[in-house]
Amino acid sequence: MDLTFSAGELAFRDEIRAWLASNLPTEAMASMDTPAGFEQHRAWERVLFDAGWSVPSWPRLFGGRECSLVEWLIFEEEYYASGAPGRVNTNGITLLGPTLFAFGTDEQHERFLPAMASGDEIWAQAWSEPDSGSDLASLSTTAVRDGDHFVVNGQKTWCSRGAWADWIFCIVRTDPGSERHAGLSYLLVPGDAAGLTRRPVGRLDGEPAFAELFFDDCRVHESNLLGGEGDGWSVAMATASSERGLNLRAPGRFLAAADRLAALQRRLAASGAADDELTDQVASAWMKAHAYRWQTYQVASRLQAGGTIGSEASFMKVFWSELDVELHATALRLLGGDGEVVDGPHGRDWMSGYLFALAGPIYAGTNEIQRNIIAERVLGLPRK
Amino acid sequence: MDFSFTDDQLQFRDAVRTLLDDRCPPAAVRSAWTNETGRIEGLWARLADMGVLGLMAPEERGGLGMGEVDLVLLLEEAGRAAVPDPLLEHTAVAIPTLSDAGVCADVVDAAVSGAVTVTVGLADAGPYVLGAEQADHLLLERHASLHLVDAAAATITPVSSVDDSRRLGRVEFALDDAQLVSDDPRARSLAFDRGALGAAAQCVGVAQQLLDVTVAYVAERHQFGRPVGANQAVKHHLANVALAIEFARPMVYEAAWCIATGAEHRSREVSVAKAMASDAVDLACRRALQCHGAIGYTIEYDLQLWLKRGWALAAAWGDSRRHRRRVAAALQLA
Repeated sequence: MDLTFSAGELAFRDEIRAWLASNLPTEAMASMDTPAGFEQHRAWERVLFDAGWSVPSWPRLFGGRECSLVEWLIFEEEYYASGAPGRVNTNGITLLGPTLFAFGTDEQHERFLPAMASGDEIWAQAWSEPDSGSDLASLSTTAVRDGDHFVVNGQKTWCSRGAWADWIFCIVRTDPGSERHAGLSYLLVPGDAAGLTRRPVGRLDGEPAFAELFFDDCRVHESNLLGGEGDGWSVAMATASSERGLNLRAPGRFLAAADRLAALQRRLAASGAADDELTDQVASAWMKAHAYRWQTYQVASRLQAGGTIGSEASFMKVFWSELDVELHATALRLLGGDGEVVDGPHGRDWMSGYLFALAGPIYAGTNEIQRNIIAERVLGLPRK
Repeated sequence: MDFSFTDDQLQFRDAVRTLLDDRCPPAAVRSAWTNETGRIEGLWARLADMGVLGLMAPEERGGLGMGEVDLVLLLEEAGRAAVPDPLLEHTAVAIPTLSDAGVCADVVDAAVSGAVTVTVGLADAGPYVLGAEQADHLLLERHASLHLVDAAAATITPVSSVDDSRRLGRVEFALDDAQLVSDDPRARSLAFDRGALGAAAQCVGVAQQLLDVTVAYVAERHQFGRPVGANQAVKHHLANVALAIEFARPMVYEAAWCIATGAEHRSREVSVAKAMASDAVDLACRRALQCHGAIGYTIEYDLQLWLKRGWALAAAWGDSRRHRRRVAAALQLA
């Protein structure tokens, strides 16, 4: 056991810290969940990419710097500590990216990964349907073969930034007679495909960031099939593991929020407005962010030694999402009557952050589903 | 960054688990509730033979010269088996404190060999001393200094714990009868951190044991024609316990590493570990009892051995609120 960063890891940390200090955008951007902000954030992705920081863990061939898992966690810590903008292509880079590496063909790697890394192509995830949420395997959007194309019909919903995204990754039913987990396929669909209609839907925070997608005889070329036809469920579960575990929500963002919460508490304490019970809650929330950090380094050590992460990712998903709510709810309690104020487009105020955090226990598989997974697949309790 | 244990450390843990499965089963723990000594016959000598007692003593004192990272897994096992002896006081606190101070070498030698038991009473650790009547020597705090007192020279008043295998005592002593171990406040602080870490490791062990036995019970117990554990309400109770353990355990290991290496934020990290481990074991106790139902509420059923140990350890060496206050102070939140 050695819980210090190596010389190489420290050099990596110093490099990204220095780069962020001199390259952060000086002008505040609009929310990336608006059409204007989406493009501002796309431009920032290009700045990151040109400096080799948009996908640091990826192979150099596709724009990365082949950093280790621990270095990637360091990158996340430094990135969020610096107050850098949100990552508009996160769902591409951290969810579809690893899935493409695992299941994509060489042609698909060359076609999709560089443009994903540069932000030229921003991705949205379209899995849920009006009648298929937690029960994803009940989905009914169909894709029927017609020569070298699939013809897609159906409806997807709750697709974040799906109204503006360049590409969409979907799960569809390619075997018309199939049920449940069989007969599904993982399909990559251009946002401007003929037969695809996209409609923004306002989210709880008021931003038009959800989208409903309507597929009416939408033709998608077979080269956009990721993994084997009918293998969509196992490909999707690889994405889900990324979504729940340390890829999508590494500890960096929560550590940064915990430090902001501690700073808020210190300001109140300095003005004599600290309260014992709230101080205790701040300490508790800070501790949990810290625990998520160390649990993640423990998992990373296991992965670097050749181990795997499967259902254990559900531990992380429940923990970070409930931690995020706790951090923001605690800040709102500290703020009292000031808590309801939302000041502008940066999404940096605590109420906006709270509204976003409240989505965490819902997306990427609700926390109720995650607790079922922990109970059944980690603890081994009977399914029925 | 390498957050893993060596194969040797894991094998040592497995060997201790095997020993405790053999020599410290629930029936033996139960016997320690009612026998005269509150101890399990022969267990102390076996722990000495394996090198556990003297793990942190220097090799020239007959110890293994190892540190907290090696010890933390073993104390987790002691928690899992509900070992009744003052193991952490003796092994994790008294021996390294005396060794660091370079005093009482004869006591250290005898403690390493298992010939004597040394327990510990620090002001911040709680009002009572575990195993005070059973110990040969007591490492005690007075005016922020540490002193070693022979049991015969101390006045010990027994106090009943909810866990009858924890033989507590209120201890009084005269400074004239004590040998000064250290008047360095850093030694006192380190002793407290070592004790709190040891208690945290035992809390995690107790919590894991409670989770394991409860998972087995709810998979076996049938109601309404299916296992009780097939019900989502039960699943979620136990998933919450598993979550609490999953995130407390790395903090306990990290705190062990901080003590072993003299890290800057050692005391803060120990307090994070103890606060989270105390909360984890408290939740594990309550959910284990609820998921067992009435059988868990009986004195005959073994579950109560871990419940009571869990509640005792959650408060020993500082409860979670007290340790969060220490974290808050370290972060300058108040």
